[in-house]
Amino acid sequence: MAETVTVKVTVNGVEHEARVEPRMLLVHFLRDELDMTGTHIGCDTTNCGACTVLVDGVPMKSCTMFAVQADGHDLTTVEGLGDNGGLEPIQEGFHQEHGLQCGFCTPGMMLVSKALLAENPDPSEAEIRRAISGNLCRCTGYQNIVKSVQYAAKKIRTGSAESTVGGGAS
Amino acid sequence: MATTTVPKQIGARVRRKEDPRLITGASTYTDDLKLPGMAYCTVLRSPHAHARIASIDTSGAEATKGVLRVVTGRDVQEAIGGLPVAHKIEGLLEPPHRVLAIDEVRYVGDGVAAVVAEDPSTARDALERIEVEYEELEAVVDVEKAAAGGPFVHEELGTNVAFTFPFEAGDVDGAFQDAPVVLRQRIVNQRQIPFAVEPRAVAARFDRGHRKLEIWSSTQIPHLLRTQLSVMLGIPEHSVRVIAPEVGGGFGSKLNVYAEEALVGHLARELGRPVKWTATRTEGFQATIHGRDQLADVEIAASEDGVLHGMRVKLLQDLGAYHQLLTPVIPTLTVLMLPGAYRLRNLQVELKGVFTDKTPTDAYRGAGRPEANFIIERVLDLIADATGIDPIEVRRRNFFPADAFPADTCTGLTYDSGNYQAAVDLLLETVDYDALRREQAQRRERGELMGIGVACYVEICGLGPSAALPAGGWEACTLEVRRTGRVVVKTGVSPHGQGEETTFSQIVADALGVGLNDVEIAHGDTDYVPEGIGTFGSRAQAVGGAALSMALEDVRDKSRKIAGHLLEADPEDVVFDEGKLHIRGAPDRAVGFQDVVTAAYMADDLPEGVEPGLASTRFFEPSNFTFPFGVHLCVVDIDPDTGEPSIRRYVAVDDCGNVINPMIVDGQIHGGVAQAIAQSLYEQAVYDADGQLVTGSLMDYAVPRASYLPSYELRRTTTPTPVNPLGAKGVGEAGTIAGNPCVMNAVVDAVSHLGIRHVDMPATPEKLWRIITERD
Repeated sequence: MAETVTVKVTVNGVEHEARVEPRMLLVHFLRDELDMTGTHIGCDTTNCGACTVLVDGVPMKSCTMFAVQADGHDLTTVEGLGDNGGLEPIQEGFHQEHGLQCGFCTPGMMLVSKALLAENPDPSEAEIRRAISGNLCRCTGYQNIVKSVQYAAKKIRTGSAESTVGGGAS
Repeated sequence: MATTTVPKQIGARVRRKEDPRLITGASTYTDDLKLPGMAYCTVLRSPHAHARIASIDTSGAEATKGVLRVVTGRDVQEAIGGLPVAHKIEGLLEPPHRVLAIDEVRYVGDGVAAVVAEDPSTARDALERIEVEYEELEAVVDVEKAAAGGPFVHEELGTNVAFTFPFEAGDVDGAFQDAPVVLRQRIVNQRQIPFAVEPRAVAARFDRGHRKLEIWSSTQIPHLLRTQLSVMLGIPEHSVRVIAPEVGGGFGSKLNVYAEEALVGHLARELGRPVKWTATRTEGFQATIHGRDQLADVEIAASEDGVLHGMRVKLLQDLGAYHQLLTPVIPTLTVLMLPGAYRLRNLQVELKGVFTDKTPTDAYRGAGRPEANFIIERVLDLIADATGIDPIEVRRRNFFPADAFPADTCTGLTYDSGNYQAAVDLLLETVDYDALRREQAQRRERGELMGIGVACYVEICGLGPSAALPAGGWEACTLEVRRTGRVVVKTGVSPHGQGEETTFSQIVADALGVGLNDVEIAHGDTDYVPEGIGTFGSRAQAVGGAALSMALEDVRDKSRKIAGHLLEADPEDVVFDEGKLHIRGAPDRAVGFQDVVTAAYMADDLPEGVEPGLASTRFFEPSNFTFPFGVHLCVVDIDPDTGEPSIRRYVAVDDCGNVINPMIVDGQIHGGVAQAIAQSLYEQAVYDADGQLVTGSLMDYAVPRASYLPSYELRRTTTPTPVNPLGAKGVGEAGTIAGNPCVMNAVVDAVSHLGIRHVDMPATPEKLWRIITERD
């Protein structure tokens, strides 16, 4: 085993400490050291966004960051989403608006959307498309992901939202 | 599907049962597995398109601390058989395809050696300590040159042409003889990289106690994989268990049997430890099948009234370096579907499948049909252009009419049901087509480039009758009502995002009058679900759902007998209704479904001749394929200064027969159209003259992002199929099949006044800018 260093991070409100190789990527740290496999790896070049997590509330591709760079920071992963055991608005949006099919890109999509809504509570469609454009989805064609984010935005702003996928073809 | 009450769930936009685990990070994909004692496998791949392996020195890797095993092609050639190809093509040349190359590599990404180590980093590091000496050979890259002669990908074959597939129907020469309109066009379907966001991954464990090999794989076909691994590894099929856990998209790329699946299984057996391999994205691009890559030279004979009378098509399919599971079969589907929605009677095709030093091609969403539909729908637009008749009118004049069904094509297919003009009529109700044409004329006067594209399609789905497929076309379902009333469905169609846990639950809920949450859909484990074929060819609902319907009929019949006995009534008079079975017209004379289930298992008061339990296993063999259809329209604007195309509007009218869950069907259309736009405007796998994959990562291969794509307007007509009891035709590939010609017809239409008749995909800004500026 090569030289190791201590990494101390807070993930979803819980402190973790581990000794890891300095070259270990944050995504491998989450998946292999902390056994939190909800964060996925879809590419190795920071193009697909499947590994997106929030670092101090800011979306980061965890395959682009070393675990040591996250030392002392506060992380949110998909496992940390949810209100009191229930779904939080962004999760509810994806469920209600059929914003996922195979589900592989979904954790990253939800986290990047959550960060968008924290900054911009009422984004336009173009703003949503731009905000999620660092994340690739091959199943949905993005239309229902946009609707999912709009649903969550409305839910956060007004406390309620109605699904729109009841529209479309019939 | 016969239900005695009004359907409540079938046809409803039921939110998916799969979602909760997927949106909470609680799902398990193959790479998420960590088994006790697990070791990690990596594969060294050829950096050359074509080379002789002079030597391999694995000693450095073997000496690396933490490395457990290093193997080359020679080391495993006795233990692991060649990779399979399933086909019914006469005279197909089948050169050996080893899990690791022996003596020669034939594409960039061809596996050369594998390492197993204690941890993934060590396994990756050790790859760099394997010394391979290559002697480069001339790479076979251009498919036309490859078809014409040497050098050869497989020297021992003395040719690169793996097969020819001639087809002729009608009187083609007669059709061309006095045809007033004769047109020629080269039409290319460029190479595509499927790119499921989840890279392929395989894990294996050998259970020494039971002499059983367990394989987890990100696959669309666990049962076919089980059979093939049994053959490749020399293990009885009953001693192989394949599990497809959560699968992160497939699009055909996981409808295969891959080297790593056998290799990892073998290494786990040999080492006595669980082994896992996960593809990097570059491996995903180099060593997972590609799609399309077909070159067509088309001759068209038509009359001045826009009727297509004959076609001659020369097709070259770039197979890549080896056959994967269905490599040679894909272009034969193109041949079958060339007539599209039209009464074409005279057709001559010469298809050649050609080896090149590239990644093998195989099924990519649509698998042979997008190629066919791109050809025929471009042909209809070429005829429209040549005759001056509107493209929509040209289509109307060539359609199979609504009273023609079942309709026989000149390629020997029988289209089950359809009403093509009705789909066009609905499109014209949705879109003010004349207004769009007027707007286009006005914009042209201002120097703006606006195009309107229309494309119809017929696709071949519900694959399919066993007689027509290389490995069985049936589907199996076991339905078990447990004594608690829990309904368990074990289906052979293993999904990867299609939402079958939801749609199959809807079917069960309506048939048995139970709640959606009383139903559990089990799939993707060959020990738990003993038989099945898989999810591909838009078959899950049309074939798998049909098997479920049959099993449900058995359980309903038996439940009625038991309820009739308990109610002292004729079973024929018993109906299902919201958890109860009651006498028709007398809702008070009822027993609960649970009472029937309990009676079936207590078995102390069953009617004469009824055995205990409440379960059924059925196999559905379709009598024909199904043929969904539709028409799509899009409006494309091209920036005259930069050549950048943008899709302003996209309207899809689709008919996939009866729909179980419209929300899920819409989602399939969205994703399919997105992949068509991807091929039309963005994606192309590029090899350089040396056979190097230039687009080897997402840095270079342009998978569309949310900001590239429009929203879609969806409409639907419903023409049920008589082929299966659900009346459902399948929808997974429709958008991909309709979308390419729709977008490209619009692109060509936008520049047609500049004298342009055809534009190759992808219609990139650069390509369009050159077209525009060269014509100015």
